[in-house]
Amino acid sequence: MASVVFYFQVHQPFRLRRYSIFDSGTNYFDGRANAEICRKVAGKSYLPTNAVIADLIRMHEGRFRVSYSITGMAIEQFRLYAPEVLDSFQALADTGCVEFIAETYHHSLAFLYRRDEFVDQVAMHRQLMADTFGQTPRVFRNTELTYNNDVAQVAEDMGFDAVLTEGADHILGYRSPNFLYSPPNCGQLRMLLKNYRLSDDVAFRFGNRDWAEWPLTAEKFARWVNQINGNGYVCNLFMDYETFGEHQWADTGIFDFLRAMPGLVMRIGDNNFLTVSEAVDRYPVTAELDIPHMISWADIERDISAWLGNSMQANALYELYALADDVRASGNEELTEDWRKLQTSDHFYYMCTKYFADGDVHKYFNPYESPYDSYINYMNILDSIRTRLGQKKA
Amino acid sequence: MKVFMLGWEFPPYISGGLGTACYGLTRGLDEAGVEVTFVLPTAVPLDAASHVHFRTPATLMGDLPAGTVLTAEGFQRLTVRALPAMLQAYATAGGFEQMIEQLRQQQNLGALGIPGLTALAGGGGGGGGRSFVGGSPGMYRGDLLTQIQYYASLAVELAKREQFDLVHAHDWMTYPAGLAVSAYTGKPLVVHLHSTEFDRSGEHVNQQVYDIERAGMHGADRVICVSYLTRGIALRRYGVPAEKIEVVYNAVEHPDGGMGEPPPIARDEKIVLFLGRITMQKGPEYFLHAAKKVLEKFKKVRFVIAGSGDMTGQIVELSAALGIGRHVTFTGFLRGDDVARVFRMADLYVMPSVSEPFGIAPLEALSHNVPVIISKQSGVSEVLTHVLKVDFWDVDEMANKIIAVLRHPPLQRVLRQQGQIELRRLSWRDSAEKCKEVYQQLVGVA
Repeated sequence: MASVVFYFQVHQPFRLRRYSIFDSGTNYFDGRANAEICRKVAGKSYLPTNAVIADLIRMHEGRFRVSYSITGMAIEQFRLYAPEVLDSFQALADTGCVEFIAETYHHSLAFLYRRDEFVDQVAMHRQLMADTFGQTPRVFRNTELTYNNDVAQVAEDMGFDAVLTEGADHILGYRSPNFLYSPPNCGQLRMLLKNYRLSDDVAFRFGNRDWAEWPLTAEKFARWVNQINGNGYVCNLFMDYETFGEHQWADTGIFDFLRAMPGLVMRIGDNNFLTVSEAVDRYPVTAELDIPHMISWADIERDISAWLGNSMQANALYELYALADDVRASGNEELTEDWRKLQTSDHFYYMCTKYFADGDVHKYFNPYESPYDSYINYMNILDSIRTRLGQKKA
Repeated sequence: MKVFMLGWEFPPYISGGLGTACYGLTRGLDEAGVEVTFVLPTAVPLDAASHVHFRTPATLMGDLPAGTVLTAEGFQRLTVRALPAMLQAYATAGGFEQMIEQLRQQQNLGALGIPGLTALAGGGGGGGGRSFVGGSPGMYRGDLLTQIQYYASLAVELAKREQFDLVHAHDWMTYPAGLAVSAYTGKPLVVHLHSTEFDRSGEHVNQQVYDIERAGMHGADRVICVSYLTRGIALRRYGVPAEKIEVVYNAVEHPDGGMGEPPPIARDEKIVLFLGRITMQKGPEYFLHAAKKVLEKFKKVRFVIAGSGDMTGQIVELSAALGIGRHVTFTGFLRGDDVARVFRMADLYVMPSVSEPFGIAPLEALSHNVPVIISKQSGVSEVLTHVLKVDFWDVDEMANKIIAVLRHPPLQRVLRQQGQIELRRLSWRDSAEKCKEVYQQLVGVA
């Protein structure tokens, strides 16, 4: 028997408005664009997919179980622009078949720069999960599944039972992501690794007619999952929730696939669905996994080069966190919240020059015409934060 | 494959991108194994009026019979023929009379130094006995358009004595010659659209020039455009059928490698460079308006305007009127090593062109490791991604980007690195290969 562990990421950044060196306002966010995008994604993805998930939960009478991590940034925007989405997630929470995972409230890379800030943001998020869904998360995942041994240590210190990360080839080697692992020097903490082949088959390749395996029917996929039987315990399908309806449009048949797949998985080979902590409780750890360098689920490299691959990104992140002491000491809530919203990893993602000439995934919902524009815009806004801090001091 | 090419200047006698493009393309064709007979008008460069001594190919060779063959270093399959016509790139119909007048004055002062230059049209009798490059006395009469027709007839004379597979004519002044040679010899004609009257003169086009351009494009078998921007103009403003048009991007000569001079001793001021003809098409006034905005926030910067043109006086006055005169330096027209030197000194190059069919200068800037801001209304913005782009009229955004580059070394660094890498994708050899494909299509059919 193999257990499918679905984990969906739900996130929307507060995108920045165009802010030139001559601007001086303190409203940095593009309310209109963010509202438009939020509502669009809600209509195309969040609402219809939540409906399918709710149906599946009902249909399979509790045997269909899934996990989500919803960022603080997404929830704030739902409250502002699409409250019905939040309602539908709360309805899912009420079924008892849905688990919520903790992360940094602001979907930030604070772990790399300021541990204190990181810990505060995770605490904020935990509180948010309790307030919104009535759950206390046991499992943690860092922004975009960034992870290394140190992340595990801090997660364990914060009381989590397990951490999610990417099952990247370069750290697994011959090993399989279909087992549970533990990090070195940790007592109880366990790791669930994304099965990137099967996850990306759904998330990226599903609608691609040039793909050798197209069309991916629910039967075919259920058979693939069944092959894990005897070769592993879990099938970790971790993906962006926007896969359903946005990255893969409805006309690819993605919703029909989602509807049909759980029943077939359960029928073919007696496999089941578990939430993350259920999987962690049920299965033993197979081995220790030593990951000294940061990995993530981004791009082919599965490292942090998507956010820290060039000098502009490094400089922007450095300047951002250089303000940490002053901001945290300022006692100015509005300023602190603005500064925190600027920490969302997307802002640095937009500055990536890696595939700029090819123009692909990094351009999705990218409000900038070029990574240079995004850097210039960002740095102008940081100037404003600095000015506000200066005034505070004076 | 042999091509009868009607072109423009050869370095170092270049007055702009047109000459550079012709040279680069010819070089690329040479490497691609195409034999080219390159036909040049041997006009005196217009800005020579400001120099006491100047040189043309003619003066180097003294007194030569018409159509003398020149050799060009570094080429395998190139033959250059000089025709005695008073045509010079970027001349305007209005400026022609003025040009002749200036030259006559220079000659009367003995300042030209060309042996045996006869009296120019309308000038006093006498003059020297020997004629200029073997032509008949008084042939430089009439206006620019007459000269163009004269050039066409000279070209046909030359073509009678040559063997070639097709004709390739660069920009409007050679189109009549191209049409004439093609008609006479029956060989296919390719016209190369480096710019249009709409780029050069906005909406106030000269009808006669437009007519020549249109006739050339319709009479040719193929029209090569330097960008999709220009292609669009050919389609919409000239009614050229789409299947006749090919887009072949210009490129840039890659520097020979080597580090060049070490950077000069650190100076206080950053240098923002405008390099190009000072004319409406290049948007110099937008450069100055952006400069003023930049200076509101950032004082230690010098704006260098390198070039000359019909708007020079106006632009000098504008810099004074804006109150930024002491932050602006005018260098005049730069040639050869001076161009390389000014690029090496620059922290940023800005091309605020109003309508730029391609724009080779940004490529030259990148090859000298200078980050670049270009107008979106340019052909080169179709091929470059690692540059900053801005609408030419958006001086606020231009200033925003200039300040960002000057203030943030990481931005400069990434632009430079990525720009260098991107540059390697562009070569004259590739452009030449595409032209060669066009040639093969035509010659195969014909």
